[in-house]
Amino acid sequence: MSETDAPLLLAEGLTKYYGRQLGCRDVSFALYEGEVLAVVGESGSGKTTLLQLLSTQLAPSAGRVRYRLRDGVTRDLAELSEAERRFLFRTDWGYVHQDAALGLRMNVSAGANVGERLMAVGWRHYGRIRGTATQWLDRVEIDPDRIDDPPLVYSGGMRQRLQIARNLVTQPRLVFMDEPTGGLDVSVQARLLDLLRGLVTELGLAAVIVTHDLAVARLLSHRIMVMKGGEVIEHGLTDQVLDDPREPYSQLLVSSILPA
Amino acid sequence: MNAPAYNFGYLDEQTKRMIRRAILKAIAIPGYQVPFASREMPMPYGWGTGGVQVTASILGPDDVLKVIDQGSDDTTNAVSIRKFFAKTAGVRTTTRTGEASIIQTRHRIPETPLTDDQILVFQVPIPEPLRFLEPRETETRRMHALADYGLMHVKLYEDIARHGHIATTYAYPVKVDDRYVMDPSPTPKFDNPKMDDCAALQLFGAGREKRIYAIPPHTKVVSLDFEDHPFEPSRTAKSCALCGADDTYLDEVVTDDKGGRLFVCSDSDYCEERRGAEQST
Repeated sequence: MSETDAPLLLAEGLTKYYGRQLGCRDVSFALYEGEVLAVVGESGSGKTTLLQLLSTQLAPSAGRVRYRLRDGVTRDLAELSEAERRFLFRTDWGYVHQDAALGLRMNVSAGANVGERLMAVGWRHYGRIRGTATQWLDRVEIDPDRIDDPPLVYSGGMRQRLQIARNLVTQPRLVFMDEPTGGLDVSVQARLLDLLRGLVTELGLAAVIVTHDLAVARLLSHRIMVMKGGEVIEHGLTDQVLDDPREPYSQLLVSSILPA
Repeated sequence: MNAPAYNFGYLDEQTKRMIRRAILKAIAIPGYQVPFASREMPMPYGWGTGGVQVTASILGPDDVLKVIDQGSDDTTNAVSIRKFFAKTAGVRTTTRTGEASIIQTRHRIPETPLTDDQILVFQVPIPEPLRFLEPRETETRRMHALADYGLMHVKLYEDIARHGHIATTYAYPVKVDDRYVMDPSPTPKFDNPKMDDCAALQLFGAGREKRIYAIPPHTKVVSLDFEDHPFEPSRTAKSCALCGADDTYLDEVVTDDKGGRLFVCSDSDYCEERRGAEQST
């Protein structure tokens, strides 16, 4: 078996308690390269907790996350040093926040926002950093003339696209997205989804997308996990789960989509 | 009742020991900011309380002290600190760079090259070079620990994007001994090259922020830059109106209200020496 057949990310029995309060319980799955997994469920179902556990921003109460690094070795993320984790986070991973202000430096120009990761991994040539930033702005459909504007003066949709460019500039293999279309109006959402779908296929990204919007899941993901009360209640191919939901709760979710 | 007598150099001996320990640690880890229990000093923050505490802790009866403020020996800050130590320690003071064994400075490094029997003490207002990009102290400490300095270049990038060149002219960030990024206090970047491989010990004291850091003698100090925008020490392209020096850092002096101005050496002692004037202490 060649090494690319091995999973990229492996969650094994992930459990998180906040004191006595359950965050999520016993979540296990494997994510392969180029695969997009959507995590859906209502507010408080443990989606964001799960995402934070996967991206090592939270330590699990039980279970572990393993990741296949670029050198082909699969390692337990809890065993990485903080420096290694930081490096991973800004080279091989991306994290798209729902609120772009959390993922961007709002007072710093768009070019520097995109270039920050490059400078962090040792780029020291201004012209090349700016050139790469310009290309990426173009790719996410931001007018390169606005490279020197800070995201403070960008619209919500532009901020979100800038955040995506900032994350993808180091060509990560895995991107975590927490409600990437939340808080955007419908036409902007559609454009963003279109862009994301294009980039994901073009770059062969693996992604874990947390969303409560089943339309987002249908459009972007290959597989889907339905969460309720901190547990995964249904897990399968996106079309299968959305067209023929097994669990009553999944049926409820699917039937609550407004007809187009 | 007797009037309470001051201890030599104002601070009590236990406080001096505490500060010396911090200084030793700072010298052992060049560029690292060592926390210390900064004391209240009889002057407001921003007037050099950190530098004064460092000077008080290393001062001995045989030392000769020089104090400069923006290169000058005659400005308020310099005069008052010099008087402070003349009174509380009774040490000899001077304005001659060559004669001094300890030089406390605000914003300048003397033009005369320093020697290995001299100590330069900087007054530092804000010791954290990452402060304005990352306000969380917990996070900046972590960044220092992990040598995670990409953010410093974001600042330089912003400069070039806005002004076409690195417009930071003072407090220009340096990397010390290939490890810690350090704020050289608000010295003009013209002075940055003097820090590199300097024969004198350089100590930095920040009183309000309670930090001490150091550059040991002959340590590598590199100003951060980009390959295509290299570091340039800037100075006004004029020569001194008094001594004619064309390689020193200059101050602009407005002479009338009709736009008249002239440029003079910011290092007043260096300028006077060049003019061969007699200097009294």
